[in-house]
Amino acid sequence: MYKILRKKELNPTVTLMDIEAPFVAKKAEPGQFIILRVDAEGERIPLTVADYDREKGTVTIIFQIVGGTTERLNHLNEGDFIQDFVGPLGEPSHTEGLKKVAVIGGGVGCAIAYPVAKKLHRLGAEVHSVVGFRNKDLVILEEEFAAVSDVFKMMTDDGSYGQKGLVTDALKALIESGEKYDEVIAIGPVVMMKFVSLLTKQYGIKTVVSMNPIMIDGTGMCGCCRLTVGGKMKFACVDGPDFDGHEVDYDEILKRASTYKEFEAKEREKACNLFKKEVR
Amino acid sequence: MIMPNMSLKKNPMPSQAPDIRNKNFSEVALGYSAETAIDEAKRCLHCKNMPCVGGCPVKIRIPEFIAKVAEGAFEEAYQIIQQTSSLPAVCGRVCPQETQCEAKCVRGIKGEPVGIGRLERFVADWHNAHSCDLPVKAEPNGHKVAVVGSGPAGLTCAGDLAKRGYDVTVFEALHLAGGVLEYGIPEFRLPKSIVQKEIDNLKALGVKLETNMVVGKVLSVDELMGEYGFEAVFIGSGAGLPRFMNIPGENLKSVYSANEFLTRVNLMKAYKEDSRTPVLHSKRVAVVGGGNVAMDAARSAKRLGADEVYIVYRRSEKELPARAEEVEHAKEEGIIFKFLTNPTAILEGENGMVRGMTCIEMELGEPDASGRRRPVEKPGSEFTLDCDCVIMALGTSPNPLIKNTTKGLETQKWGGIIADEKGLTSREGVYAGGDAVTGAATVILAMGAGKTAAEAIDEYISSKQ
Repeated sequence: MYKILRKKELNPTVTLMDIEAPFVAKKAEPGQFIILRVDAEGERIPLTVADYDREKGTVTIIFQIVGGTTERLNHLNEGDFIQDFVGPLGEPSHTEGLKKVAVIGGGVGCAIAYPVAKKLHRLGAEVHSVVGFRNKDLVILEEEFAAVSDVFKMMTDDGSYGQKGLVTDALKALIESGEKYDEVIAIGPVVMMKFVSLLTKQYGIKTVVSMNPIMIDGTGMCGCCRLTVGGKMKFACVDGPDFDGHEVDYDEILKRASTYKEFEAKEREKACNLFKKEVR
Repeated sequence: MIMPNMSLKKNPMPSQAPDIRNKNFSEVALGYSAETAIDEAKRCLHCKNMPCVGGCPVKIRIPEFIAKVAEGAFEEAYQIIQQTSSLPAVCGRVCPQETQCEAKCVRGIKGEPVGIGRLERFVADWHNAHSCDLPVKAEPNGHKVAVVGSGPAGLTCAGDLAKRGYDVTVFEALHLAGGVLEYGIPEFRLPKSIVQKEIDNLKALGVKLETNMVVGKVLSVDELMGEYGFEAVFIGSGAGLPRFMNIPGENLKSVYSANEFLTRVNLMKAYKEDSRTPVLHSKRVAVVGGGNVAMDAARSAKRLGADEVYIVYRRSEKELPARAEEVEHAKEEGIIFKFLTNPTAILEGENGMVRGMTCIEMELGEPDASGRRRPVEKPGSEFTLDCDCVIMALGTSPNPLIKNTTKGLETQKWGGIIADEKGLTSREGVYAGGDAVTGAATVILAMGAGKTAAEAIDEYISSKQ
C-alpha cells in the first residue's frame, strides 16, 4: 500500500498527489512513468512521473479526471492509501547534450513536459516553453514552467488567458523569428503532437513526442501499447514512451486509443454515481 | 497389504458438461471424492523400482504418498508430497502427466496408468480445505537469497530454500504473485484462489514476497547482491515477451496478443461483469497458434460469449504442441480447428476493428531443423476467414530487462539466459531457471529448474563458509 502524502487541486479537473514510494523515488527520471491501481478491484493505469523527491521518498503524479479510475483516485485524500504503485517504467527522456530546446506542453501533458523542461534547465540548456490550454480555468503549472524557461509562451484556444491560438502558432512564430532549436519536445494530446511534428518536419527540426497508448502491465509482456514508428512495431512501455515525432503513425494511435470508449463511458458513470450516493 | 484394484481404466474425472462449462469460468474438472481417490490409489502396484518417480521433474515420492491415500491418511500423503513439491495443487492440475510420471507407470503398459496427477490434486485440495496446521518453519541459517519472479520456477526455488532455513525474498513485477499461473492459465483450468493458497503456504514457510518490484528498473541484480546483502540471486523471470507475425493489420483495435487477452481476463478478471478492466466480447474470434496458450485463449473467448472461435494453425493436428487433453476439451466446447492454415493479413472493418483475416492453405514439406515437417504455402489457396477479433498466440521470448541491466550476464542470441545444468549463470552467485533460460516451456519444467537451482544455491552458500 502506498500513502498519499499531499493532494492539491490544480484546476477543477486536474489533481496533483505526492505518493510515498521510496523505491520508485530513488530511481525515477523525467519521461518515465508509473502504473497504479487505486484499490483491490481496480484496473492498472499508467501515469507519468511529474516530479520526485529522492530524500523524502515521494513521487508526484498529476492526473486529469477523465474516467472511472481517475474519478476514484481523485476521491482519495491525504493519508489514504493506493493499492499498487509500480515503477519507474519506460526509458527516461533523452536530455544529455541538448543546448537549446523548445518544450511544448498541451493541457495535462504539461505535467509531463514540466519535469523534462526542469531537467534541461538544470543541465544548462536554453529552454523555450510553449504551453497550451483550452481556457484560463484549465491552466496548470504556469509558475513552475516559467521558472525553468528562458522564453515562456502561454496559449489558450479561446484567448481567455495568454495569447489566443494553438501551441503550433506560437512555435511557428518562434521558429520564423530565427530561433534555432536542437530539438523540439512535444507532450500533450495525440492530435497536438501530430501537428507539432508536421510543423517541425517542414523546418527539419528533430522532434520527440511522448506517447500515451493503452497499457496494462507496463513491462513489455503484452503489447497492448504497441504502435508503429518508422514502419516498425514498438512497445511504448519499454521502447518509449518517447519516440521520434516524425516517424510515429498518429492515426493508428488515435484509433487504438478508442478501443474501449463505450466501456470507459459506463465506468465513469458508475464511479460518478457511487460518489454521489456517498455524499448524500 | 491392501489388495490392488486391477481395473484397466482410471477413475474418470468428474467434469462440468461441455455446453455448460463453455459459458462460465468455473473449473472444468471437479476433482475426485475421497472414495474415488482411495479407489484410484489402490490401482498402484507399488513397484520396487518406482519408474513413475523418475518421470517427475521434482521427484515426488509417488508410491509412498499413494499408499497413504489408499489408507485414507490424506494429511500424511500431503506431508510426503510437500517435502519435494512446493505447489502440488497447481501441478496436479496443469502438469502434462501423460508425458511425465504417468508415462512411466507400469499400469499404463496394459491399460491406463494410475491417475497420479488427479491423486496429487486431491491430496493438495484436501489439505488446503481441512488442515489448519501451519507448516513448521525451518531453523534460520542466517543467509539471504533473492528470487526474481514469482512464477513456478521462482516459487519452487523460494520454497525449497526456505525449507532449508534461508531468508528468502521474492521480487515480483506485477501486483499479484504467481506469474503465468496467475495471468496466463485461465480460472477454468486453475482457479486463482488455489494459486494464492499455495503462495500463502509458502509465506507461512517464511518466504517474503515483494510485489510491484520490477527488477531491472527499480532494483538491479547488482544492487540486490551489493547494498541489499543477498548472497545469491535466482532469476526466474520467465519468457513474457509476445511475438507478432509482422503481417498487415496487426495493430488494428481488436487484435490482441494472447498475453494481453489472458492478462485482462485472468489477472484483471475482465470476465466478471463488474470488472473495471475492459475486454472486447467478440462474436467471431480467430486464435493464431496451436499451443496450450492458444487453447486457453480460444476457450476463454468462447466463455466471453463468442459464437464461433477458430484455432488457426499452420501445421496439422498431429503437430499441435498443446496437450492432447486441452485440445480434446477445446473441441468438446465447440472450438473450430483450421489446420494447415496460415494468416497473411488482417483486414480492417469499421472504426479500426477487424472484419476478417486472409489466410493461405499450407501443406507439409520436408522436416525442418526442429524435426517437424515444414509447412509450405499452397499457391492460389488464399481465402478470407470472417472474424471480428484476432488473438496472436505465437509464443513468447524472454524479456530483455534483466539482461540489459545486469553486467556480465550472458544470454543466447534469442534472449535466453545462459545457465549450466545446475542453473548457474555467467555471474558468480547468480542462478537462473525456467522459461528465462529455456524459452517458453512448461510449468513443471520451470519448477524442476527452480528445485535444481535451490540445491545449487545451497551448495554454493554452504561451501563459502
